[in-house]
Amino acid sequence: MKRTTCSRLGLAAALLAGTGTAFAADMPSAEEMWKIIQQQQREIEALKRGQRENADNVKAVVDVAEQSQQKTSGAASWAEHTQIGGYGEMHYNNLDSGNEIDFHRFVLFFGHQFTDRLRLFSEVEIEHVIASSDDDDKGEVEVEQAYVEYDLTPDQHAKAGLFLLPVGILNETHEPPTFYGVERNPVETYIIPTTWWAGGIGVNGEIAPGWSYDFAVHEGLDTSAGDDYAVRSGRQETSEADANDLASTARIRWTGIAGVELAASIQYQQDVTQGNDPNAGDAWLYEAHADIRRGPYGLRALYANWDLDGSGPKAIGADRQEGFYIEPSYRFTPKVGIFGRYNQWDNQAGSNGNNTEKKQYNAGVNYWLHPDVVLKADVQMQDNDGSKNDNGYNLGVGYQF
Amino acid sequence: MFKNLIITLYLLLAGPVALAGGTYQTPDEFLKESFAGTPPEPAVVWLSGPRKTVVEQILGHRYHALRIRYWRDGARSAWILEEVGKEQPITVGVVVDRARIERIKVLVFRESRGWEVRHPFFTDQFKEARLNDKQQLDRHIDGISGATLSVRAMKKLATLALYLDTVTREQDVTSAP
Repeated sequence: MKRTTCSRLGLAAALLAGTGTAFAADMPSAEEMWKIIQQQQREIEALKRGQRENADNVKAVVDVAEQSQQKTSGAASWAEHTQIGGYGEMHYNNLDSGNEIDFHRFVLFFGHQFTDRLRLFSEVEIEHVIASSDDDDKGEVEVEQAYVEYDLTPDQHAKAGLFLLPVGILNETHEPPTFYGVERNPVETYIIPTTWWAGGIGVNGEIAPGWSYDFAVHEGLDTSAGDDYAVRSGRQETSEADANDLASTARIRWTGIAGVELAASIQYQQDVTQGNDPNAGDAWLYEAHADIRRGPYGLRALYANWDLDGSGPKAIGADRQEGFYIEPSYRFTPKVGIFGRYNQWDNQAGSNGNNTEKKQYNAGVNYWLHPDVVLKADVQMQDNDGSKNDNGYNLGVGYQF
Repeated sequence: MFKNLIITLYLLLAGPVALAGGTYQTPDEFLKESFAGTPPEPAVVWLSGPRKTVVEQILGHRYHALRIRYWRDGARSAWILEEVGKEQPITVGVVVDRARIERIKVLVFRESRGWEVRHPFFTDQFKEARLNDKQQLDRHIDGISGATLSVRAMKKLATLALYLDTVTREQDVTSAP
């Protein structure tokens, strides 16, 4: 056994020695090895260069692709700086005054950025679908906003044109997904009066963290004795508006805590009938509101009061027109929220015993199919002086984009 | 009366106008501040494959770029992101540490409304926020009245930064696919 092992080892050694001799004969010299290494190094560097070039080429291609992605392919240059948006709402009202389905508002926004500091904002609205000379058609076509805004600085802006006045909660922000209730609340509708736009000039901006202001000089109201001096009937809507007596509006706004807005507005007009009624005089509007949404809890509260001077308004109690509402709400999920609202208003609050005060209770639910699309339902119960009540329920669908 | 009001208003605004500015911090300054003066080398995450789908779900549309640069130092990452509020892009810096938002800051605000989102009383709500199982922020963010779209943009960018931090930690992507 031992002899056999030694023989095998000897044979293996002989084979290895023979192979080693042959291998050594095939080995390149040190000089040849050095050339091979240098050649390989050159190839490695060439590959690296190629890789870097490829990376640069990919980057260049991606840069171009991203630039073209950011632009509107093939569009005119003006289109790249033009924005379109809009909102709409349809209502079903089942009330004592009657049942109806009405596509109340169809609105389109058009904005255009002339430069980084200069832009146009406009809003065209069709109310009640059809506007024509036919008396059966209830609709209107309105331009509710069309103004040019210029950035004096990034935080200070000036504007000129036709714009929404900075008063109340809903007057400037009234897209259906942003508020509870199928119909807009009656206090802002009849007292402020929302939606209220005017032609003029204005400035707005931030004066400290959380503090902002608005100030505007614009067309005034033109109400009359025939309309009981109701402020809503005095809106001129910038349609060949009488500009004998302009109005000025100022607002201060605090949003120093997330989810909280406190604001107050004041407006003055020297003659609320544009000089057409010697029995009327100047007018002041005072408005204050809170709009709070902290977590699932929400609360909106608003008070507005008009003081109209002159013996004409005083004679029928229209020298004081005021109202308020309070609206608590709770959002169970991002999709579902409920609310209740108490509204009280009177366009002849200066009168004694005229039975003109109106009270309305609302309760309902919003269901957001999408953050920008909402289904609404609410009930309304009125408790008006003189028992002229309009009770029932409302259903609605609204959207914005 | 109008003249007096205008003069008064001008005097009130004269100071703030001189101090105002729309670029509140440059991205470079934000990165230096976030990494004690020495930001790490940037890396790139490509918005392709499943990442592209998730990013579109978070934003509700495609991101305006095909890849996003980021800066990572261990468990911390910094992101410079953009999203349109109402009409113009808002540039935001976000630092994520161990899958939670350490800070979020508006660097450039170009809109004429909704500027309140840049203030700490709003941005502080995002501190320590992380993603839940549905790839959403794990907490409610209170909005700002009249700044709904700017608030929405900020929430989207915070969510995007947290998501991209997660995927780059799991599979760091430093070059093109």
